[in-house]
Amino acid sequence: MNDSLDPRVNRLRLDKNDGSFKVEEGENWNVFEVFHQEKRGAHHEHVGCVHAPDANLALIFAKEQFGRRKKCVNLWVVRSADILAFDLDDEDMFANNPDKTYRDASGFKVMEKINKFIAHTK
Amino acid sequence: MQIQQALQELITKMADDELVIGHRNSEWTGLGPVMEEDIAFSSMAQDKIGHALAFYRLLQEHFGGTDPDQFAFLRNAADFKCCHFVEMPIGSYEFSLMRHFLFDHAETVRYQALALSKFAPFQHLAGKAKGELKYHTLHADAWIIQLCTAGKDSRERMQSALDNSFQLAGGIFEPGPAEELLIAEEIYPGEAALYKQWLSHISPVIEKAGLVLPEMTAPVYGGRTGKHTPYLQQLLNEMGEVFRLDPEATW
Repeated sequence: MNDSLDPRVNRLRLDKNDGSFKVEEGENWNVFEVFHQEKRGAHHEHVGCVHAPDANLALIFAKEQFGRRKKCVNLWVVRSADILAFDLDDEDMFANNPDKTYRDASGFKVMEKINKFIAHTK
Repeated sequence: MQIQQALQELITKMADDELVIGHRNSEWTGLGPVMEEDIAFSSMAQDKIGHALAFYRLLQEHFGGTDPDQFAFLRNAADFKCCHFVEMPIGSYEFSLMRHFLFDHAETVRYQALALSKFAPFQHLAGKAKGELKYHTLHADAWIIQLCTAGKDSRERMQSALDNSFQLAGGIFEPGPAEELLIAEEIYPGEAALYKQWLSHISPVIEKAGLVLPEMTAPVYGGRTGKHTPYLQQLLNEMGEVFRLDPEATW
């Protein structure tokens, strides 16, 4: 027996248990990840998420959630469920990274050379 | 009536529409159907009040008007020139959304006309509001289509919201006094012209949403001449309550 007062629960008509149950398009809202671009050509950076019935409205919501304070020229939204990610248990694949310092690009001391060049051209 | 006076009437009615609908829509703050929509709707309500302020400043700077805050908060209903449509209580969310859709498309055609006006300050003002209005109508159109295609109950509620709003929306286009002076000077194209443009803006969305556009049989006029519903004075009392405690206070 369903005696909930929540319309989101009631509209499911859980007590009408005849086995058939259809979720209408747009009825089930999704979470969308939002990516913010500060200027043209810059990377889109992940800033958070919105809850919306479809991608179109997710973009509309994202504009006010994430695009109204800082400078913004563009936004992306992606359904969170469409993102493929490693399992948290697979974290060990990255475990030895800190040991492999030979992969760090920081070994190249180019800034010194660049600064020297700038000073030279001035 | 002189052209200066006709221009002031025009600015006042446009400003009052913006202020009153901005206040009404802000009444949804904290009560919106979902958090994201609450924020979006509140944010657009703030934009409306910003548009009103820009118009009140024009009155102050070009026509020797009073301080915008005083003008907004201290007048009585009879001095307001807004249409009845914006005065109506927020009602159900479908009514508020439908009003947002119908009003913001009207606002868009109005601003498009202002962008071409021979009165230069209008051009500047229209340029500033353009991006905001683009978002407002995008938001409105998306919701109208979304809700009208979300099942029978939803579509019927949207249709009745449209039926209940349409004659009121006609009141946005109540002709102003001495409008022909403004038309002759190419300051403003006149309400009849804007009404036609408005229909051509809303019709494709109405059609896509599967709604039936009612006939405009009895547009609700009166607001432009200071005749209002009792809802306006009520709104003004509430809106100006804090301001009237000390009108000289600096914030």
